[in-house]
Amino acid sequence: MTEVNEQLAIDHGLKKDEYKKICDLLKRTPNLTELGIFSAMWNEHCSYKSSRLHLKKLPTKGKKVIQGPGENAGVIDIEDGDAIVFKIESHNHPSFIEPYQGAATGVGGIMRDVFTMGARPIANLNSIHFGSPQHKKTKNLLRGVVHGIGGYGNCMGVPTIAGQTSFDSSYNGNILVNAMTLGLVKKNKIFYSKAAGLDKPVIYVGSKTGRDGIHGASMASASFDEKIEEKKPTVQVGDPFTEKLLLEACLELMAGDSIIAIQDMGAAGLTSSSIEMASKGNLGIEINLNKVPCRETKMTPYEIMLSESQERMLIVLENGKEEQAKKIFDKWNLDFAVIGKTTKSKNIELFFNNEKVANIPVNTLVENSPMYNRKWKKSKLPKKNRIKKDTLNKLKIKDVLKKVLSNQNVCSKEWIWQQYDHTVMGDTIQKPGGDAGVVRVHGTNKAVAASVDSSAVYCWAHPLTGGKQVVAESWRNLISVGATPIAITNCLNFGSPEKEDNMGEFVECVQGIGEASKYLNFPVVSGNVSFYNQTKEIGIKPTPSIGGVGLIKDYKRMITMDLKEVDNLVLVIGKTEGHIDQSLFARTILDEKNGPPPEINLFNEKNNGETLLQLIQKDLIKSAHDVSLGGIITAVSKMCIKGNKGLEFNKIKSLISEMEYLFSEDQGRYLIEIQTGDLKKVTKTLIDNSVHYEILGKIVEKQITINQKTNITIDELKSYNTNWLIRYMSS
Amino acid sequence: MKSSVITFPGSNCDRDMDVALKKFGFKNKMVWHDDNELPRSDLVVLPGGFSYGDYLRCGSMAAKSKIMQSIINFAKSGGLVMGICNGFQILVETGLVPGVLLRNKYLEFICKNVFVKVNNKDNQYFKNLDKDVFEFHIAHNEGNYFCTNDQLKEIQDNNQVAIYYCNNDGNTDEKFNPNGSLNNIAGIFNKEKNILGMMPHPERMIDKSLSGEDGSFFFKNLLNNIK
Repeated sequence: MTEVNEQLAIDHGLKKDEYKKICDLLKRTPNLTELGIFSAMWNEHCSYKSSRLHLKKLPTKGKKVIQGPGENAGVIDIEDGDAIVFKIESHNHPSFIEPYQGAATGVGGIMRDVFTMGARPIANLNSIHFGSPQHKKTKNLLRGVVHGIGGYGNCMGVPTIAGQTSFDSSYNGNILVNAMTLGLVKKNKIFYSKAAGLDKPVIYVGSKTGRDGIHGASMASASFDEKIEEKKPTVQVGDPFTEKLLLEACLELMAGDSIIAIQDMGAAGLTSSSIEMASKGNLGIEINLNKVPCRETKMTPYEIMLSESQERMLIVLENGKEEQAKKIFDKWNLDFAVIGKTTKSKNIELFFNNEKVANIPVNTLVENSPMYNRKWKKSKLPKKNRIKKDTLNKLKIKDVLKKVLSNQNVCSKEWIWQQYDHTVMGDTIQKPGGDAGVVRVHGTNKAVAASVDSSAVYCWAHPLTGGKQVVAESWRNLISVGATPIAITNCLNFGSPEKEDNMGEFVECVQGIGEASKYLNFPVVSGNVSFYNQTKEIGIKPTPSIGGVGLIKDYKRMITMDLKEVDNLVLVIGKTEGHIDQSLFARTILDEKNGPPPEINLFNEKNNGETLLQLIQKDLIKSAHDVSLGGIITAVSKMCIKGNKGLEFNKIKSLISEMEYLFSEDQGRYLIEIQTGDLKKVTKTLIDNSVHYEILGKIVEKQITINQKTNITIDELKSYNTNWLIRYMSS
Repeated sequence: MKSSVITFPGSNCDRDMDVALKKFGFKNKMVWHDDNELPRSDLVVLPGGFSYGDYLRCGSMAAKSKIMQSIINFAKSGGLVMGICNGFQILVETGLVPGVLLRNKYLEFICKNVFVKVNNKDNQYFKNLDKDVFEFHIAHNEGNYFCTNDQLKEIQDNNQVAIYYCNNDGNTDEKFNPNGSLNNIAGIFNKEKNILGMMPHPERMIDKSLSGEDGSFFFKNLLNNIK
């Protein structure tokens, strides 16, 4: 037997005082299996020890919230007895080490979280971030991640309906892969992970347990160094086919009434799933490890408990239902084993070869897990830059627009989403490339819209403002497709919490997210934290990803961004003040990286968004698009490209310069297309609600014309926007 | 009219096909791969998906599953059997239609709308259609059709090509070929034209809110032809 001591605990990623706490709690030295279990439960990824204190402050309740954070996923009410289960999760560390498998199992893991609750997955989304395009690893990582996401999602037969991709040198050593899934369930058929009742059989179903992914969660709770390649064995290997069978088998079993509790085996595998079920039910659990189906011979209790093999579930069944359940799993050719039972001991007790190999009180692993109030540093709002009028006057709109539209973070990502099956299930009514993806609720007139957003640059410049901005952007994207925003899930990607700067970024981003979601009544119902996105001393830019979900009551009222008809008018809603700092224009054209991000006025956000929804409900809006990265002209260009139409700008009446008007990134703005005959009705609604607006111009056949001197054809716009990624990937 | 859609482990377009068939008036039954008997059917559909995970050659495991023997017998007696996407791959693996389906030319999964041109209307699937070019949808990783020169000659001699990839004007130039398939072939028949295998998914084009509506024409016409 390996001797357990402080050094071994440190090798497991525990701190000295954490090891001491374990010995104190147990009143003895743990054995190796027990140490492994503690290290798995107490790492950052599973215990949220640095983040818990701050996450508590997020608004998580609301009229539409059925289940907030704390379960496998959040659940919201979409009326008529239907509910949407959704969550976003990171798989950053494994995806950097092994992009295909890392990304694939990220997608598999989040889908499992959703169908564990009884919901059939109906849509996938993702937010992926890579290093500089010039960095030697970027291209292969991008290719591997995209193949991995597609490989898993396509095989599962779940459409990938939206996503976000960005490139920034801060991700050179730590890419981000965040996967989100939405599932549909009847409100009265939601399954939870809380075990109940004594002597209930504990069932293992799905794939066999192998040696893959051991210490995966611990690996994801540490920074990278030059030896990171050696961590490859901690990356799990995905089998989407088995997951598809597991999905169908679980849903078939869930149609009956034999399940008391169900929990997927995700991070920290059998350890965390069994402990979470016992902890929530305030029970003990006893497992005979000899009964666990293993893929490899001579696996030790330590390995069985820490394996992160994929496509496995743990179920607490009603007594006497074992045979009936087994039949279903036999039909789908999946392993089914009764491996233990619930007990009144309130301990987790493991047996192997007739010996008790572990005995730990459940509460020591969960309630007594460490919680830190880490030191953090508050960020100051940077001072505004003064941009010389001369500098701006020298620039030509067409040259700048070309650079902006072909910028890696603005250009079309069709090369990526064409590799994802986005139409399977036959309900996708808004494909990737719009403001949000939209799927119909099968067999009804309703549709659900979802979007995933992040703005690392704003968060880096001022975390509090950035945190608010991401939530506001998610809200705008949902409104732009005609959906009423309901709730969000967040994936909080940051550097090391042990560094005051990074911890400060986390604390203030969370505060910003909280403020915006509270004000907009857009609660956080699920999420995940990924710290240590850091290689040696260099961390990523703070990147909270927000996944928003909204409802369209009549899917025929959905809005898209493509311009519809010549002679219609385009209006801009919300005020353009010319905020250039931290805009794409500032960073790529002026090469100015400092200054504050655009301010978020939550009153205007709410008012502008809700007023636009009113207009949509009155059927006055023909197309809409929110104004974000790249400003008004970028938003106009995208609407033109999609609709194959042009826009003749009215003379810009503004105190700010033309460049500032076109490229500034002031928040809370939308572009809307309306019929000329509706102008009075529309402006009355806008004025009645005190919403600022300007008439931007009139839709024409073939080109964008500004002040009669700038002419850009649709074909030119398309060539700027569509070619960058294809060329990059084939170079 | 009665139809049967076969569900293999890993099929994932079986429900979509069921929805489409029912929408246009078929009485459809779902049939499990492990069953021996095929219910009485006027049409059998092998749907898209990743049968058995497609970890071996796509469709090769499904081609050996229990229900396939009854489907082969049904097809050989003249019954209509249609394989879509993975179903097409299963058909080539059973040998019911000639050729093979290789990985797409650029080694990437492709999901997008494409145009196809109907080559042969002298069959139950396409007769009476009043246009030749349809906008369908593809979503596959292995749709690159290939066969030997001898097979190709036989296919051409028997007019077995069902549809070609083309542009919206029906031009079948190589540049409108999404996956590298031989001669832009998107779907083929057996000699008798009662078996059709094709990569595009008409079942994803049955509603104007979806990718398009050309699938609706296909299914409506198919039902009328079988009646």
